Amino acid sequence: MRCGIVGVGLLGPGLPGWAASQAVLTGEAPWEPGPVALPPPAALPPTERRRTSAAVRLALAVAAEASAASGLAPESLETVFASSNGDGAVVGSILEALSTPGGAISPTQFHNSVHNAAAGYWGIAVGSMRPSVSLGGYDDSFPAGLLQAVAAVVARRVPVLFCCYDAPLTAPLDARRMTEGVFGVGFVLVPEDAPVALSVEMADRAEPASAGALGPLMAGNPAARALPLLQALAAGRAERIGLPLLDGGAVVLGVEPGLS
Amino acid sequence: MRYSGEMHSTIPPLAMTAFTATSAMGTGLAATRAALHARRGGLAPCDLPGMPEGIWVGRVPGLEDVALPEGLRRFDCRNHRLAELGLAQDGFAAAAEAAAARFGAQRVAVVMGTSTSGIAETEAAYAKRDGDGALPPEFDFAHTHDLYALPRYVRARLGLRGPAVAISTACTSGARSFLEAQSMIAAGLCDAAVVGGVDTLCRMTLHGFNSLELLSKAACRPCAADRDGISIGEAAGFALLMRLEDAPPGSVALLGAGASADGHHMSSPHPEGLGAVAAMRDALAAAGDLPVDYINMHGTGTRANDAMEGNAVRALFGDRVPCSSTKGWTGHTLGASGALEAVISAICVADGLVPGCLGVELPDPGFGVDVAVENRRAPVRRVLSNSFGFGGSNCALVIGQA
Repeated sequence: MRCGIVGVGLLGPGLPGWAASQAVLTGEAPWEPGPVALPPPAALPPTERRRTSAAVRLALAVAAEASAASGLAPESLETVFASSNGDGAVVGSILEALSTPGGAISPTQFHNSVHNAAAGYWGIAVGSMRPSVSLGGYDDSFPAGLLQAVAAVVARRVPVLFCCYDAPLTAPLDARRMTEGVFGVGFVLVPEDAPVALSVEMADRAEPASAGALGPLMAGNPAARALPLLQALAAGRAERIGLPLLDGGAVVLGVEPGLS
Repeated sequence: MRYSGEMHSTIPPLAMTAFTATSAMGTGLAATRAALHARRGGLAPCDLPGMPEGIWVGRVPGLEDVALPEGLRRFDCRNHRLAELGLAQDGFAAAAEAAAARFGAQRVAVVMGTSTSGIAETEAAYAKRDGDGALPPEFDFAHTHDLYALPRYVRARLGLRGPAVAISTACTSGARSFLEAQSMIAAGLCDAAVVGGVDTLCRMTLHGFNSLELLSKAACRPCAADRDGISIGEAAGFALLMRLEDAPPGSVALLGAGASADGHHMSSPHPEGLGAVAAMRDALAAAGDLPVDYINMHGTGTRANDAMEGNAVRALFGDRVPCSSTKGWTGHTLGASGALEAVISAICVADGLVPGCLGVELPDPGFGVDVAVENRRAPVRRVLSNSFGFGGSNCALVIGQA
C-alpha cells in the first residue's frame, strides 16, 4: 500500500510539536525530556473543554497540528485514532468508584470512558461528520493503526487523519501496564502525490527499527513506536522501518522523500 | 490533488461465507433462528452480583463452564469464554481454518469489535487488592482487559497469522469491524477476514448506563410508545468475509457499509439524526442504491435514541420499509451488537423474515415509520442494519443477496 504524507503532528517529552522537534529528531540537538504541556483544546465549547482529560488533550493537540500542516480542512478528513490505553485516568477513576459501596459512577466519566472519546471530541471540535474509527493494539497500536489508516486511504481514495497517542494508566493498574509519559503523533495521509511517499506492507519478519538516542522513549510508550518514522521524515532520508508485531509478523514502512 | 470528499461506492461487496451468533436468545444459528421465529426473547432479571438493583439483562447461559483450550488459558475471562463459545458454533472455526489453508494464514485478518473487552477481570482484581493497594499477582491485564486481547485470542484460536486489530467505537464496534475488513481486503492487505464483536456483562457498563438513568426496569421495548430504557446484554457475533469471486455462489453478502460521526455530543445523538442519515445513505450508496426490504434498527429502547433513529429512517424511507429492533430478544450487546445484528440480518434474508419488535403493543406514532410488532413473512433481499454509539459514532451495513 502507498500513500502520501502531507501533515505531521507530534507531542512528547522533550518534543514540543513537529516543527519544534526537528533538531532533536535529526540528532542535531540533544534530547532533553521534561514535562509535556497539554493545552486545553481551544476549538471545543467551554463545557466540553473542561471535561477533557490529558489523553484527549494529547490526541487533539497532535491531530490539530497535523491537520493544520496539511492545509486540508480538518472537517473534511476521515480519522483513525489508535491508542493502547485510551483514557486511563477516566477508566481508573471508574474502577475506583465501582469499588465503593453501591458502586455509583459519574455519568460524564462513563461516556468519556469509551475508547473513541478522543475521536468524539475531535468531531465536536472541528464539526466533522466524516467517518471515524478508534482502535487498540497494546504494543502494536501504532503499526495496527497505521495499517487501518493507509488501508482506508488506498481503498476509498480519501485523505485520512491518523492519530496515535498514549498516556499512562493510574495506580494500581499502571504497575501491570507500564506506560511512560505521554506521547502522541498525527499524520495526514493522502491517496495521491505528496512531498513524502509512504509505503506500508506486511512481512513475515523484520529487523526492529531503532530510535537511536530516543530509544528509551520508544520503549516506554506504544505510540512512540512512530519515532523511527518521524526521524526519517525530519532527516528527509529514504528509510525502511521494521515494526515487528507482538504475536509474529511485522509491518514494514518505506519512506521516500523528495517527490514534490 | 483531487478528493471527492465523499466515501466512494467502488468498494466491492464481500461474501459472508460463514457466520454465527451467540446471545441470550440462543447459542449458535439454529437456536437464534428458532428464537426469532418463536418470538422467544432471552432477557431476564439480572442475577449477577454487584449490579444495579431491579434491572433485566441478556445473559448468555453456561459461560461459567466454558474452558479455553490448552495453551490459551492465560486469556481466561468472561469475554474470551464467550468468544470461545461463539467460535465453536456452526462450524465457524473450521471455516476460518479452511480459509487459512486456502489463502495462507498470513492472508486472513482478524478484525474484532469490543467496547470493554475483559474489564470484568480488572473489576474483580480491584476488589482483591492487598493492604498496599496492589492488584493480585494472577491478574493478567494484557490477556484480559486490554482491547487487543480479543483479536489476539481469536487469531491464536483459529491459527491465523494476518493483521489483527481491535475496533472500539463504543456501540458501533461490531458493525465497524465489517467496514474495516472491507477496506483491508480492497487495499490488498488480506484476502479474507474474520470479523465480529464480543462484549460481556460487566459492572462498568451496567453501572454506567444506570448512572445515565437509561436502564429499563423490565425487558426493553425498543420503538414502543411507552419504552423506558435499555436492557444490557452480552453476545458474540462472527463472520468470515471474502471476495465474491472466492465464495460459493449464492452466499449472503456484505453489500455495502457506511459510517459517519455526529460531531455533536458525546452521549446524546443529533436530534434530527443527521449522522445516522449520513451513515445509512453511504451504506445504501455503497450497495448500489438497491431497495432494502427490512431495516434492523439500532433501537436500544431509550426515549431519545429511538426517536432520533425514527426521524432518520423516516427522512430516508418514509413509512415504506418495515423496521424493527431485535434488542427485545438479546438486550443491547454494545460492541457486539452490530456483528450480532449483521448475523440476524443474514438469517432474515435466508428465511424471508421481518422480526417484529418483542413486547411492543403500540409503536411510537411519532416515528412515522412502519414498525413491525409481529413477525412477518416476506421476501427479504436486502437488510439495512444500523448501529450508533457514544462519541457520535454511526455505522450502517447492507446485508443481502449478492
